[in-house]
Amino acid sequence: MELSGAEILVHCLKDEGVEYLFGYPGGAVLHIYDALYNQEEVKHILVRHEQAATHAADGYARATGNPGVVLVTSGPGATNAVTGIATAYMDSIPMVVITGQVATANIGSDAFQEVDSVGITRPCVKHNFLVKDINDLAETIKKAFYVATTGRPGPVVVDVPKDITDPNIKIPYVYPQSVQMRSYQPVTKGHPGQIKRAVELMLSAKKPMIYTGGGVVLGNAAEPLRKFVSTLGYPVTSTLMGLGSIPWDDQQFLGMLGMHGTYEANMAMHDCDVLIAIGARFDDRVTGKIAEFCPHAKIVHIDIDPSSISKTISVDVPIVGNVADVLNDMNQLLSASKTKPDQTALTDWWNIINGWRAKKCMSYDRNSDQIKPQAVVEMVHEITNGDAYVTSDVGQHQMWAAQYYGFSKPNRWINSGGLGTMGFGLPAAMGVQLAFPEETVICITGEGSIQMCIQELSTCLQYGLPVKIVALNNRYLGMVRQWQEFFYQNRYSHSYMESLPDFVKLAESYGHVGIRIERVEDLRPKLEEAFAMKDRLVFLDIVTDQTENVYPMIAQGKAHNEMHMSPYCDLPQDPERELS
Amino acid sequence: MRHIISILIENEAGALSRVAGLFSARGYNIESLTVAPTEDASLSRMTIVTTGTDRIIEQITKQLNKLVDVVKLMELSEGPHIEREMMLIKVKAATMDQRDDVKRLSDIFRGHIIDVTASTYTIELTGAGSKLDSFIEALSEHKILETVRSGVSGIARGEKCLQLN
Ligand SMILES: Cc1cc2nc3c(=O)[nH]c(=O)nc-3n(C[C@H](O)[C@H](O)[C@H](O)COP(=O)(O)OP(=O)(O)OC[C@H]3O[C@@H](n4cnc5c(N)ncnc54)[C@H](O)[C@@H]3O)c2cc1C
Ligand SMILES: Cc1ncc(C[n+]2csc(CCOP(=O)(O)OP(=O)(O)O)c2C)c(N)n1
Ligand SMILES: [Mg+2]
Repeated sequence: MELSGAEILVHCLKDEGVEYLFGYPGGAVLHIYDALYNQEEVKHILVRHEQAATHAADGYARATGNPGVVLVTSGPGATNAVTGIATAYMDSIPMVVITGQVATANIGSDAFQEVDSVGITRPCVKHNFLVKDINDLAETIKKAFYVATTGRPGPVVVDVPKDITDPNIKIPYVYPQSVQMRSYQPVTKGHPGQIKRAVELMLSAKKPMIYTGGGVVLGNAAEPLRKFVSTLGYPVTSTLMGLGSIPWDDQQFLGMLGMHGTYEANMAMHDCDVLIAIGARFDDRVTGKIAEFCPHAKIVHIDIDPSSISKTISVDVPIVGNVADVLNDMNQLLSASKTKPDQTALTDWWNIINGWRAKKCMSYDRNSDQIKPQAVVEMVHEITNGDAYVTSDVGQHQMWAAQYYGFSKPNRWINSGGLGTMGFGLPAAMGVQLAFPEETVICITGEGSIQMCIQELSTCLQYGLPVKIVALNNRYLGMVRQWQEFFYQNRYSHSYMESLPDFVKLAESYGHVGIRIERVEDLRPKLEEAFAMKDRLVFLDIVTDQTENVYPMIAQGKAHNEMHMSPYCDLPQDPERELS
Repeated sequence: MRHIISILIENEAGALSRVAGLFSARGYNIESLTVAPTEDASLSRMTIVTTGTDRIIEQITKQLNKLVDVVKLMELSEGPHIEREMMLIKVKAATMDQRDDVKRLSDIFRGHIIDVTASTYTIELTGAGSKLDSFIEALSEHKILETVRSGVSGIARGEKCLQLN
């Protein structure tokens, strides 16, 4: 089969099993768009801004586990995509981004719409390629998918100069079955000796703690994790990125840890004697003050990326490997082991933990005459049976979604944790909805964030995507306002959003349904009404208590046992006062 | 602590910038970096001299290994090794006294005078970085017009090799 470069590219995507291509056309990719014209296997989704193409592909990837695929033009197309590439990079999301480039002969001449895409994206991709010869095209695409999806996943950019896709130059096409790269050989199996040492250490624990992260979701390891956790009977917490791996209502689950984690999770971290970290990277929002992180604990760390291990926190038993493989090995050792967890010690430990739990750190004012954002999220959980896909933007609403939705399955909570990209939520929800047309997909957002990719309402209309947008409208860049309240003596510098649009009319002008909710008593009926509209996008503009804060909160650089608490829970509010 | 790291990296456009970019993005020090193709034209060999605590050096080696283009890495300074750097140095040598003294110093350091004019000598000198430093020190009475240093290259002693398996 003789094909042009443009046709080869499209064939590669088909052979790779790509369902959706999120893109935006322009000069450098017109040959490729022409090759897309007469085929139906790869469905192209025309976004309204290249940033949204990357977030949509990213959302698709997070929900399905398959790589998201993006096509953008050179120059501004590529630079617009950078935010989404960096977002995917920080959260280790598999993605292949094809950027058009000016013709090979013009590279380096400041040609029209030329930017050094490989150079610009280098620090925020797992790897990138510039295709210099049409004969390398198919293999490069294969390599891009291979690198993006294996080991620690991540985005890969393939920069394709226009002459490579010339419709007049045809060569025989074969898509390689597999690729070998001598310079890239990710490990999967963990070292048996280390696994044995880890199991011995965890069985000797008196106050054990399991800390899981995004690696469990990325590595599709919720099942072996659940087995591991229930076999041991140890308490377990999760980072923002791992929510859903353990069901939120599991008795052993202490909730999220870290800056906005629960009192019990953070206290258990602080007091534990053996910490088992699984696919988590000791981010600074999790560790708080490094010098006081788990001061009494020996640490086991399972991660596929050696550079995640002992990066910020030195660990005692490092295990490089794929979470699922390592956990399966551990589960086997555990079931064969004569030594069992120390039940007496464990009972004492659980008694302490249950004491912390009894403080009810997640309490908030349930009798307020204003709509409380936490209540909205809890009600959305109820109405959707806790079974929806939930994307979010960045800010207070993101934390409330994480804290109060209650996830029971992995891959359902979709948010930008590492980069914290406002504008992520709506396009990500489009990717999820395309992947799962029958499922309920919710975007929990703020009136600030939603305006960063609001243009995608138009894409949603074009492709009939019935996303439910739950905008917690506090008329503030709330997370910024909260920091200003706590750390800048209420000097609310530029965190108040004035001149907000009428979101109902805005939704309507894009062809959707808009509903505004202002009174507590309207909340349930209007939410029910919105979620009953299965095939419409509904924009819920919910006027929430403007001054509500996210609790608990550990100030940056403070230790796990120094938390600001909600005035409604059974604990002193101010971290300066003695807590433990 | 000073460390010497050798890597074999795919000989592709951009490979050098990936390494250099890694060091600048993560705030690691580079004292010197040399790179050239090996006997296998598809591979380049790079020698990086860096400083940092043990923890930083551990991260540097892990991050370098993580670069998709890096095929193999060896921390040379962990074992017995040979370190060499080449320097070309142009010194003012106009009077008889100057010419004699520069020649004498060059001989002591086993340098070679490779270019001569009525007023200058250019000396080629090879050795460990510290030897080149000492030579510059020794020339302190003289006027150095130019120095060019190649940066360090290194190789392990004995049978240990940085090569593909
Ligand atoms: C406003 C805001 C507030 C935040 N507050 C909090 C907070 O309170 N608590 C919190 O936890 N986070 C919080 N975050 C998120 C935080 O910034 C980090 O993104 C997050 O903590 C990182 O999660 P993780 O450690 O699970 O790592 P991820 O970024 O999910 O990384 C996954 C790790 O698993 C490894 N891995 C990947 N695949 C595999 C595999 N197959 N096998 C083995 N290992 C694998 C990777 O190498 C990596 O080390 C907040 C973010 C924002 C924007
Ligand atoms: C692109 C981008 N710019 C700035 C920020 C910093 N930031 C983090 S949260 C936040 C406020 C978000 O406001 P809103 O969307 O209304 O959410 P709220 O906190 O009020 O729930 C800002 C500005 C960011 N995370 N991303
Ligand atoms: Mg807001």
